[in-house]
Amino acid sequence: MDFITALTIFVLAVFIGFEIITKVPPTLHTPLMSGSNAISGITLVGALLSGGGFWGGLFGFLAIVFATLNVVGGFLVTHRMLGMFKKKG
Amino acid sequence: MDILLLAQDGTASISPNEAGAVLEQAAEKIVEVASDSSRANLGYLVAAVFFILGIKGMTHPRTAVRGNQLGAFGMLLAVMVVLVSGQVVSWPIAILGLVVGSAGGVWLARTIQMTQMPQLVALFNGFGGIASVLVAASEVLKGSGDGVAGFAAGLTGLIGSVTFTGSLLAAGKLMELPQFKKPWSFPGQKLINAVLVIAAVYLSYEMTDGTGGEFFFLVVLSLVLGAFLVSPIGGADMPVVIALLNSYSGLAAATAGFVINNNVLIIAGSLVGASGLILTNIMCKAMNRSIANVLFGKMEATGPTADADEVYAGKIKSTSADEVAMLLDGVQRVVIVPGYGLAVAQAQHVVRELANLLEANGVTVEYGIHPVAGRMPGHMNVLLAEADVPYDQLKEMDVINPTFAQCDVAIVIGANDVVNPVADTDPTSPIAGMPILNVIDAQTVVVIKRSLSPGFAGIPNPLFAADNCLMLFGDGKQVLVDLVAALKEN
Repeated sequence: MDFITALTIFVLAVFIGFEIITKVPPTLHTPLMSGSNAISGITLVGALLSGGGFWGGLFGFLAIVFATLNVVGGFLVTHRMLGMFKKKG
Repeated sequence: MDILLLAQDGTASISPNEAGAVLEQAAEKIVEVASDSSRANLGYLVAAVFFILGIKGMTHPRTAVRGNQLGAFGMLLAVMVVLVSGQVVSWPIAILGLVVGSAGGVWLARTIQMTQMPQLVALFNGFGGIASVLVAASEVLKGSGDGVAGFAAGLTGLIGSVTFTGSLLAAGKLMELPQFKKPWSFPGQKLINAVLVIAAVYLSYEMTDGTGGEFFFLVVLSLVLGAFLVSPIGGADMPVVIALLNSYSGLAAATAGFVINNNVLIIAGSLVGASGLILTNIMCKAMNRSIANVLFGKMEATGPTADADEVYAGKIKSTSADEVAMLLDGVQRVVIVPGYGLAVAQAQHVVRELANLLEANGVTVEYGIHPVAGRMPGHMNVLLAEADVPYDQLKEMDVINPTFAQCDVAIVIGANDVVNPVADTDPTSPIAGMPILNVIDAQTVVVIKRSLSPGFAGIPNPLFAADNCLMLFGDGKQVLVDLVAALKEN
């Protein structure tokens, strides 16, 4: 994948993000933050692919731990929060 | 390679049949590799679609739970793709890391209290940031980054490190740890920050040559920068800071995607980057301040500010829980305006109890929520949801403001600057132009507050001295408990 392709994907994804997220109501801003934060833990994919050598392995391990914390904790706490949002009646 | 050598020699030392076999093998190999990586990319594409659908689900409380599940499923898929790709460098490390991280994540998500959500979100932002830095570091050690990848690794180091220390400091401030509670700054801090940014970007540029030795120096500079950026910022500006750090954690993942040339990192990272930026923008608008002013400026009046004694002298009417209970007897519509003080006093459940009592008497109860009430975007909504307040009773500022004139009693709990009418009347005040909740339009305003001490903006609030305003002094929770008791007696 060349740089321009990657940049194209990046720019288009930013626009998609802007389009969807402007429609999120203020009531859900906190779950949006924690949920999207869990998605930014996607760096876990990179972490699983990294490693090699002592330092590479150590950095890779720490990256996996932090990213997994981010992902698992983020999605779960968002779920817990959203479970509390109820409509009247 | 063999085939190429054959052609260069020009002399066929093997038979055409053998050459054909070699060619066939090579072709098979190419197809295999291509299908491997395109199969992985296809999986990543599906994961990215799930992320987009997941965030789309967040546009309504009804669909939000499903949305979050879709996002989580997308993540699971992306991780499965990596695990079956055969590219995992070390299985023991991967499995141990996943187990440790998951255990920690489950523990944090289960045990955290809703009032602690702002600091948890800040912490998670920081974890995402440092994970991206470590991914970039590992790539730099492999020596695989030159050109764009090298520059992207540098940027990942910069953004991710700033996110990490910035978030840790923000979390410390939100936990009200004594070491971090006071905004802290020193002369020339902005200049030093600027120098650090320029140095980090320059080092990133240097990394395009692929040596990568600069990386670790860059990370150290950026870690310091993150701390310096957040240290001068006070508590009430935290919603902006958290939203911005949320955006950074996404951007760091996206730049890490450029380093390892991976679509799903780029897509997911930029979605989150956009999300954080939008929230940042909403928060800034709700304070009528620019992002630069929040991050680098001070909240200062541009003219003389009113003296508290002058504003309040002789005009403050203090009331009691019993009086308010009588006042609430026979009213039709009550609007409750919560602020950060509600979270501090953990008074959300007793607020709900008060609302239940009123509703049992046929009173319409609604909540007016200012966008920057609390310490992060949507903070009040989560707290009230925890206390089983239905979300359709939580009204946005623009919806509730025109209705205060038809409101019998507005109850302000632990909010100050967001209901200060000075924002409209005094163009030189530090909160000039900030949109506020017009509680003063209500028949009667009851303000529950510990004292007359100013809010974050440090200015007196003429609302408290208004003719239709009653002050109910005390701890938010205790006062509300008394009020509920008094109502039950009536």
